[in-house]
Amino acid sequence: MAEKILMKGNEAIAHGAIRCGADGYFGYPITPQSEVMETLMEEKPWETTGMVVLQAESETSSINMVYGGATTGKKVMTSSSSLGISLMAEGLSYLAGAELPCVVVNVMRGGPGLGTIQPGQADYFQAVKGGGHGDYKMIVLAPASAQDMYDFVGLGFDLAFKYRIPAMILSDGVIGQMMEKVELGEMKPRRTAEEIREQCPWALTGKTSDRNRNIITSLALDPNVQERTNIRLQEKYKAIQENEVRYTTYMVEDAEYLFVAYGSMSRICEAAVDQAREAGYKVGLLRPVTLFPYPEKQICDLVPQLKGILTVEMSAGQMVEDVRLAVNGKVPVEFFGRNGGIVPSPDEVYEAFVKLFNK
Amino acid sequence: MDVNDIIRPENMVYAKTPILTDTVMHYCPGCPHGTVHKVIAEVIEEMGIQDKTIGISPVGCAVLAYNYIDIDWEQAAHGRAPALATATKRLNPDKYVFTYQGDGDLASIGTAEVMHACNRGENIVVIFINNAIYGMTGGQMAPTTLLGQKTATTPYGRDAKLNGYPLKITELIAQLEGTCYVTRQSAHNPAAVRKLKKAVRKAFENSMMDKGTSFVEVVSTCNSGWKLSPVQANKWMEENMFPFYQLGDLKDR
Repeated sequence: MAEKILMKGNEAIAHGAIRCGADGYFGYPITPQSEVMETLMEEKPWETTGMVVLQAESETSSINMVYGGATTGKKVMTSSSSLGISLMAEGLSYLAGAELPCVVVNVMRGGPGLGTIQPGQADYFQAVKGGGHGDYKMIVLAPASAQDMYDFVGLGFDLAFKYRIPAMILSDGVIGQMMEKVELGEMKPRRTAEEIREQCPWALTGKTSDRNRNIITSLALDPNVQERTNIRLQEKYKAIQENEVRYTTYMVEDAEYLFVAYGSMSRICEAAVDQAREAGYKVGLLRPVTLFPYPEKQICDLVPQLKGILTVEMSAGQMVEDVRLAVNGKVPVEFFGRNGGIVPSPDEVYEAFVKLFNK
Repeated sequence: MDVNDIIRPENMVYAKTPILTDTVMHYCPGCPHGTVHKVIAEVIEEMGIQDKTIGISPVGCAVLAYNYIDIDWEQAAHGRAPALATATKRLNPDKYVFTYQGDGDLASIGTAEVMHACNRGENIVVIFINNAIYGMTGGQMAPTTLLGQKTATTPYGRDAKLNGYPLKITELIAQLEGTCYVTRQSAHNPAAVRKLKKAVRKAFENSMMDKGTSFVEVVSTCNSGWKLSPVQANKWMEENMFPFYQLGDLKDR
């Protein structure tokens, strides 16, 4: 019987990191995700798995520590919230440009500016469309439970190393703070130096006589070289789009209307689907689990059976743009959202659906 | 006597270390970066640590240091090299990890990273090239630019009221408990180069002794940025830089 423990989503991130064999965590305190580093410090993994945990002097430093660790082929990660992620934008672009694997957790709060410490989902554009400079993407995973928080650390590392790309876990204050039962997986040992040398021939493991020196850089003064890098990156993103889309559905088989929501809003929309079904409306839910790659084909495939789509977010409407791009005008796409730290209730979502589709 | 009679192993008095690659350096003639690179490469060769050394290059003229020293390298965002070094060393304690940074990189945009890495006593080596100017971007004022010194952004000379004072960051670093060895050297003549090499070797050795951070400043010229000939630049450095940035050990424990 696997171990099931009641814990916060943020705590699940910490346990997920230790148990998936992470080598290092570098972070800076910020609400609502400080429990990640607090839990790690309490667990003292350096005494058990040898995992390094360090409190940095800023988010700028923590993302650059992640960069420094990632260059050596280690599984390294950080976590922060919205404004802290803004400070990391330069580092994320460097990580993407230098094709380094890592996991970055954003437990989103309401913005802009210092904003609020209450939950939000207004960093979708930042996570999915860029945030930093240049043509780059990250794999973006959207957890909807404490269990997802635990599982996605390991999944994030697997995908990050498979494609040599930063993976972001785009969570929010609801998922980070709520307590749920989490099933802890088996303890996976950290990779040995030999395994890293074998699996990551690009990593800085020390220049030996049997290979050329490894250089991790995102610099190319020759624009022809830089364009080739960009073409390679775009090919990689295309492969990710083709192979790594993840999503879940709820009652879509006979649905005439579709809710599209991710993270904590997908949980709330599930309750709103039940409410709508009770009132006799054939409503279903599609929850993108990966925000990049986005399940655009999967949404588009449902279009023939649909009369309308309602996208629900804790933002002023960000992911809705990708839903509209996916269906390309073939079906009406409406939006409902609350923001600034307000979490809409299932009732509100249901009422918005009734109003927007003139029921 | 034929030239081949002279080129014999027993006649050899000097050889380029193989740790220095054959890539033609992009540095301006007269620039001390090449000399400092050679010193580091020689120390790596003499210590036999090519396979155990990871270098971190900055943003600035030395960004391409990875083309010249034959070890594994990572290239840092502007000012962040000490953060990279922190994680690289903590995750790989068997490696010698050093950053190579200029004055704009280390003493302006990267002040927080270097101060905190040194204060934590990371077992790394910081090589700090102080030429009192931003070389790569075309000779703008650096935090270490001297009062009265003309640069592209202080065309009438650095004025304390307008631009603040030159920052003696090495003196600040020496105050931090985490540092074990803080020294200020130069590379403008053979005697200075020999001293510098001793300092770099000590710094590298320290990094495996769990003593804390070793910090080696190299007071340097930028004859292109200063708009002087290499010889005039060395003279200007001796007359103006050395009185303000005094050479010698600030801390050794």
